Amino acid sequence: MSALIRLTDVSKRYGDAAALLPTNLDIERGKTTVLIGPSGCGKSTLLRLIIHLIEPDSGSITFDGEPISTDNIDALRRRIGYVIQEGGLFPHLTARANVLLMTRHVGKSQEEMHGRLLELCELTRFSDQLLPRYPVELSGGQRQRVSLMRALMLSPQLLLLDEPLGALDPLVRAALQKDLKKIFARLQQTVLFVTHDLAEAIYFGDKIVLMNEGRIVQKGSVTDLREKPAEPFVLEFINAQRGVVLT
Amino acid sequence: MNSVRPALVGRGRRARRARPIGRFLLLLILFASICTANGNPVIIGSKKFTESYVLGEIAKRTLMDPGIPAEHRQGMGGTIILWQALRGGQIDVYPEYAGTITQEILKSDRSLSLDQIRESLAKFGVGMTEPLGFNNTYALVMRHSEAQRLGVRTISDLRRYPQLKIGLTHEFLDRQDGWWPLRERYALPQQNVIGIDHALGYAALANGSIDIKDAYSTDAKIEQNDLVVLEDDLQFFPKYEAVFLFRLSIRGDAIAALRRLEGTLDERRMIRLNAEAERTKNYTRAADLYFNRGAASANSVGDSFPQKLARWTLRHLQLAGFSLLLSVIFGIPLGIIASRGGPIGQLIIGFASVVQTIPSLALLALLVPLPFFGISVRTAIAALFLYGLLPIVRNTATGLQDIPRSLRESAVALGLSPFVRLWEIYLPMASRSILSGIKTSAVINVGTATLAALIGAGGLGEPILSGLNLNDHVTILEGAIPAAVLALFVQWFFDLLDRVLIPKGLRL
Repeated sequence: MSALIRLTDVSKRYGDAAALLPTNLDIERGKTTVLIGPSGCGKSTLLRLIIHLIEPDSGSITFDGEPISTDNIDALRRRIGYVIQEGGLFPHLTARANVLLMTRHVGKSQEEMHGRLLELCELTRFSDQLLPRYPVELSGGQRQRVSLMRALMLSPQLLLLDEPLGALDPLVRAALQKDLKKIFARLQQTVLFVTHDLAEAIYFGDKIVLMNEGRIVQKGSVTDLREKPAEPFVLEFINAQRGVVLT
Repeated sequence: MNSVRPALVGRGRRARRARPIGRFLLLLILFASICTANGNPVIIGSKKFTESYVLGEIAKRTLMDPGIPAEHRQGMGGTIILWQALRGGQIDVYPEYAGTITQEILKSDRSLSLDQIRESLAKFGVGMTEPLGFNNTYALVMRHSEAQRLGVRTISDLRRYPQLKIGLTHEFLDRQDGWWPLRERYALPQQNVIGIDHALGYAALANGSIDIKDAYSTDAKIEQNDLVVLEDDLQFFPKYEAVFLFRLSIRGDAIAALRRLEGTLDERRMIRLNAEAERTKNYTRAADLYFNRGAASANSVGDSFPQKLARWTLRHLQLAGFSLLLSVIFGIPLGIIASRGGPIGQLIIGFASVVQTIPSLALLALLVPLPFFGISVRTAIAALFLYGLLPIVRNTATGLQDIPRSLRESAVALGLSPFVRLWEIYLPMASRSILSGIKTSAVINVGTATLAALIGAGGLGEPILSGLNLNDHVTILEGAIPAAVLALFVQWFFDLLDRVLIPKGLRL
C-alpha cells in the first residue's frame, strides 16, 4: 500500500531564510509518524505545507495519490483533521458548535452528527455535560479534547497534530498522551504528530523523523536513532533529553 | 428672532426601507425611521434673520389661505444659499431686497431699475414681485449714549474716532455693498474690525465689546437696545426694497397670491412685526398681525413645547439614524477590505481619516453646491454618513486584524469557505470592536446632527441655532439638553445592543 502523503523535493523559503530545504517524506497509512527537532527546525513548516496554509516554493505534495493544489485543497482539508497547541477553538462558539462547525457545510443529517458527537465524547473521554460550555469555561486539557473531537468529526484519513500537548501541565499531559495513543490505535488512524519532546516522540512514534535546520536528519525507530545515528547532531539531540528518555 | 417652528423639509420624499442585512441592521433600521411622503407644496425659503422669517410666514399664510399648499423652510442661510436653492428648485419663493439682487445676485456695479432687474432675473427663470412697500437698507448703529457723548450723528463723523471697535456680520464684511467699499467711500480709519454673528453682535454692543455694528434699518433691536442709526450722509447704501423672488414655473395662482402683498407693508408696520416676532419668539403670530385678524388661523397656532420637542427629536433621530445606517452598510465592507492591508486598505483608511479632519461646517458647505445635494436633508445625511465612516471602518479593520493567526489558520484548515469563515468566524470574533466603532459613530452623529439645522434640515440644532440668533439661552437649552440626553440614550442603547449582538463566548 502506498503512502498516504508523499512529499517530493518540497522546499520553502521565507525571504532569505530557508525554512525547509528540498525534502522527501512518506507518511504511511495507519501509523503515527512523529516529527521532532529543536525550535525552528522546519517541522511545523512541513505540517503547514501539507494542510496548505503555506504554499511550497518547489516540489509536490500528494494526498492519497492526488497532488495537493489550491483547487482541491478545501475538499482535501475535510479529509484531514488539524489540532494546534492552543486548540484553535473559536471563542464565540460553544464546545458543541465548535465540533459540529463543519458538519453543517458537508450536508450530514442532524441525528447522524449527534450520534457521532456522543461517540467522540466517549472516545476522547469528554463529558457531554460540558458541550454547552464556551472555550473559556473549559480547562486546557478539556479544550484539547474538544479540539481533537472537532478534528475527528468527519472521520479524517489523516490527523495532523502540531504540539497538541505543549501547553498543558505534566499531569494533564500524561493523561492525554495515554488517551491519544489508545484513540489512534482504536481508529487505526494515520497521524502526523509534531513535538519537540523526545519522550513524547518515543511514546507515540511508530516512526520518528528528526529534523534540524530545515532538513530531515534521520528517520527510523528510536533504536535506529540511538544506535545508528546518521550524524553527531542525532546523539547531541538525544543526549540533551537523556534524563527523560532513560525513565 | 426665534425659529420656533422647525424648517419643513423633505419635499416629495418617499418612505425609505433598507434591505435587512443580518439582525443588527434590522435594529438600526428601526432606529433610522421613515420619512413621510408629501404632496407638491410651494416651498418658501427665508434667510437667517427675523424679518426674513416673518416675510416667509406671511407668504406661507398668503398662499395657504386660498388653499395653495405651502411649506416654509426657515432660516436657510445667506443670500447665495437662498439664490442657489431657488435656481436649483429646492425652494420656489423667498423674500429678497432689490439692492441685494443688484449687487450680490446680478453683480452689477451700477444701480438698476426694477424693470431692469426683472428682465435680468427672467433669464434665470425667476420672477419678482413689485416692492412690498418698505426699504430695509443696511445701516451702521451705535449705542445712543456713546453717540451723544462723542457727538457722532453721521457715518462721516466716525472719521474722527479711529479707536472705535467695529463688529460686523460676516455677510456684510464680504458684500460688494458692504464694509470695504463703505470704508473706502467714507475713508474710515478704524482698524479694529471683527466678524461677529448678527444676534451676538447686539450683545457685544450692549456690553461694550464693540462700539459699532451693521444692522437693517427695520431691525426691531435698534429700538429695543437704545441704539441710533448713523446717517448715510454720502448716500452709500443702495435702496433695499423688499420683494419676493419666485420661480416663474410655479402655479399661476401662487404668483397672483404673492402679488397681492405688493405695496402693503410700510417700514413702521414691518418694524412692528419684527418687534412682535422677537418679543413672542413666534413668527407665525407676527405674520398673523399682518393679516390683522384677531384669531389665528388653524395652521398658524404655535405648537406646544412637547410637540416641538417630539418633532425636533424625531427628525434628529432620522438624521442620525439614517446616516448611521449608511455608515454601517458601507463602513463594514470597507473595513473588511481595509483589514487586508495593502495599498487599497491604506487608501480606504486614509480617505476616511481625511474626511474626519474636515470641519463639519465646512463639509456641509462643500456639499451644498453639488448637484443632487443642495439645501436638503440629503446633504445633512450625506455629511453625517461621511463622518460616521472612519470609526466603523477602522474598528472593523482592527477587529479583524486582531484575530490571532492560529485561529484564522484553524478556520482555514477546517476547510471552511472564505465567505463562511468571514461570516461565521471572523466577523463574530470582531463584533465587539465593530460595535464599539458603530457606537462611536452614533454618538458623533447625534452631536454633529445639530449642525444640520444650518442647512434647514431641522433637528435639535434648530432651537440651538435660533437661540444663538436671539442670544436667548433658554431656547438654546431647549435644543442642547435634549441633544445631550439623546447622546446618553444612544450610548445606553448600544451598550444594550452589545449584550444582544456580541456572542456570549466573547463576553465571559
